[in-house]
Amino acid sequence: MAYEKKHAEHAHAAHAHGEEHFREKHLMLDPLPRGQMNDMVMESMMEKPTWKFWVVIAILSAIVAYGLVYSWAKMIAEGLGIAGVNRPAYWGIFLVNTVFWIGISHAGTFISAILRVFKAEFRRPFTRAAELMTTFGLVQAGFSIFMHMGRVWLSYWLMPYPNQRMLWPNLHSPLTWDLLAITTYLLSSTMYLFLPLIPDLAMARDRSTGWRKNFYKILALGFRGTEGEWTHLRNAMNIFAFAIIPVMFSVHTIVSWDFAAATRPGWSSTIFGPYFVVGALHSGMGAVIVVLAVIRATMKHMKYFIRAEHFDAIGKLMLIISMAWAYFFFNDYMVQWYGGDKWTKQLLHFHEAGPMGWMWFAMLIFNIVIPWAILWNPKWRSTPWLVSIVGILINVGMWFERYIIIPVSLTINRMPFTWRLYKPGVEIPLGLGTLAFFILLYMIASKLIPLIPVWEVQEGQMAHELKKFGRETVVTVSELE
Amino acid sequence: MATLADLKISEVKLSEEQTGKWGMVIDQDICTGCQACVAACAMENNLSFVGEVDSGYGRSMHWIRIERFWEGAYPEVKMTPNQPMMCQQCGSAPCEPVCPAYATMHSQAEQLNLQVYNRCVGTRYCANNCPYQVRSFNWRDYERPEPLSNQLNPDVTVRRRGVMEKCTFCIQRIHKAQDKAKSEGREVVDGEFTTACAQACPANAITFGRVDDPESLVSQLAHRGHGVKHLEELGALPSVTYFKGG
Repeated sequence: MAYEKKHAEHAHAAHAHGEEHFREKHLMLDPLPRGQMNDMVMESMMEKPTWKFWVVIAILSAIVAYGLVYSWAKMIAEGLGIAGVNRPAYWGIFLVNTVFWIGISHAGTFISAILRVFKAEFRRPFTRAAELMTTFGLVQAGFSIFMHMGRVWLSYWLMPYPNQRMLWPNLHSPLTWDLLAITTYLLSSTMYLFLPLIPDLAMARDRSTGWRKNFYKILALGFRGTEGEWTHLRNAMNIFAFAIIPVMFSVHTIVSWDFAAATRPGWSSTIFGPYFVVGALHSGMGAVIVVLAVIRATMKHMKYFIRAEHFDAIGKLMLIISMAWAYFFFNDYMVQWYGGDKWTKQLLHFHEAGPMGWMWFAMLIFNIVIPWAILWNPKWRSTPWLVSIVGILINVGMWFERYIIIPVSLTINRMPFTWRLYKPGVEIPLGLGTLAFFILLYMIASKLIPLIPVWEVQEGQMAHELKKFGRETVVTVSELE
Repeated sequence: MATLADLKISEVKLSEEQTGKWGMVIDQDICTGCQACVAACAMENNLSFVGEVDSGYGRSMHWIRIERFWEGAYPEVKMTPNQPMMCQQCGSAPCEPVCPAYATMHSQAEQLNLQVYNRCVGTRYCANNCPYQVRSFNWRDYERPEPLSNQLNPDVTVRRRGVMEKCTFCIQRIHKAQDKAKSEGREVVDGEFTTACAQACPANAITFGRVDDPESLVSQLAHRGHGVKHLEELGALPSVTYFKGG
C-alpha cells in the first residue's frame, strides 16, 4: 500500500515535471502575454547599441568601402585585368560568388514558404530572419554578377527596353533567362518579406515615438488589425507562399543551366538543375543556423524566442539536405565518369589529383563527413555553437563546390594548349566586400525592423494547447487558418 | 494524322550538308611554326600587345596561334606537327546562342561568325562555350607605344577593354575584294585575295577561299581525302580542314 502510494506520488511529480518540461522546451507551449512579448521584441530592436556593435559596423563599413566601392571602381576604370580571370578560366570567383549568394538566398524561401505551406510549427520565430537572408543574399548576387561583366556600364543592354534600333536581348542565352529569373526572384521575395512584416510594423508603430513612429507609420500602410485586413493579408501571403516555391526552384535551376547548357566537359550534365537546388538549400540552411546563433547570443530576449528545439529542427533538415546533396553529387560524378569521354576523364582526374585536389576533398569533408558525423546526435545538433560551426563549414564546402565547378573545371577544356590554372586577384577584396555588406545589412535591419515575427509566434501559441487525457499530457494544435 | 514520313528530317540533313561559304585548309606537315601568320594577323587586325606578364598568364591576344605539342620525356622527345589554331567559323557555332546581347552573330551573307564589338558587354560566355578556345578578351586597355600607333589598319576597328574579339577571316579583305569585283561587274576570282595569315605563310601551309565552289583551290584541297576537322564530333560544323601525316 505504502509502496503504491509512493509510486503514485512519484508518477504525479513526473507529470507535473512533464508539463514544465514541455513549456521549457517548446516556444509554442510557453505563451507570454501579448503585451509583454511585443515589448520584448521592441526592446531587442530599440536597445541602445553597445560600443562593440559600432566597432563591428565600422570594420564592416571599411571592408565594404575598400572591397566593394574602391576595388570595383578601380576594376571598372582599369579593366578586368586586375582580376584573376584568364583564358581558359573566363569565369572566376565572381560567378562562384553569384551562385553562392543565390544559394544562400534559397534558405529564406525554403523556411518561410515551404515550411509555412506544410505548416511546420517550429518555423514561426525565425521566418523573418530567413526571409531577410533571401533579399540580402540576392543583393550580393546581383553585385557579383555585375562585377563580372567587362563593360558593366552597358549592362542595361541586357534588359528588354524599347529602342530605336529594335535590338533585344537574346532569349536563346541562359544568361538572359538568368537575369529575368533573378529579377523575378528578388522582386517576389522582397514582397514576400514585406507582407508578413506589416502587422509587426503596425505593432512597432503603436509602440514608438519620434522618427521611428513616422518610419513605421509609412511602412505599415495604415494596418490596424481589423478582420478584413487580416483576411486580405492572409490571402496575399498564401498566394505568395505557394507562388514563390516554383520561382525558387526555377531560379537555381536556371543558374545551373548557365553551366549545363554549355558544351564543356564536366558542365553538360542533365542533373545539374536539382543538384544546384539541393546545394543551394545546403548552404542556405547552414547560413540560417549561423544567423540564428548570432541573434540568440547578441540580442536581448532572444533566448526566449530561439531555443534548442529550433536548432534541433534545422539540424535535422541540414542532415537530410546533406544526404540529398551527397546523392546528387555522386550521381553526377558516377554518370560523368562512366560516360568515358576522354576530356571528362581528364577533368575528373584533375579535380581530385590536380593542384586543387585539396579543395575537392575538403568539399566532401565539409559537405558530407562533418554534417553526418555531428548532426545525427540530437544533443549535439541542439547546441548552438557546435551546429553553427557545422553551418559555417558547410558554407565553406559549398563555396568550394562552386569554385570547383567554375574556375577549376574551366581549366580543362578540349584544347590542351590553353590549359592554365586560375589565380584570383581583385576578386578576393570584392568577394569579402559582398560578405561584409551582407552582414552589415543584417545588422542595420536588426535595429530597424522586428527580427521576430511576433504575430506569427502569438498565433502559433494560441493554436497550441497542453491538454490532459487521464494522466497523459498531450499537445494539441488547432487550425486557425 | 502525322506519319513518319511527315517528320521534318530534311532540316537536319540540310545542316549536315551545309558547307559554309569561306573556308580554309591548313597543312600541318609543311607548317614550320615560324609564327609569321601570328605576326601578320596582329598587324592586319590591330591586335593589342599585351606584354609578357599577361601573355604568360593566359591572356595572350592572338587571333591565330601555333600550338606545339610533344610526346615522351626528355631526351626522347618527339615533336608533333605544329597546329595553327584560329576561329573555325563554325556553321552551327556554340558561341552564338549563349550571348545575351546578340554581340556574336552569324552573318547570313558571309556565313561567318561575326563579333559586334560595340554591342559586346563582356559576359565572356561565348569564350567559355568555344570548344576551340580561340576567343581573346580585352582584359585591359593595352598601351600602343608611339611608332606602333601609326601602323593601325584603317579598315579595322580598334577594340577597348571589356570586349571580346576573335578571328574574322579578314572580313575587311573579303569586303574589299567583293566591292572591287562588283565595281568591275564580275565575281570574285579564286586566289584574287587571301587572308593576312595565308598571305604571310612562307610555306604556303594555309589556303583560303570559297569552300562552296568545287573548282576553288581550297575545295579541291579539302576534298583530297585525308583532311580532318577538329572536334567535328561536337556538330559545330567548323570550316577549317587540317592535314596531318599525309
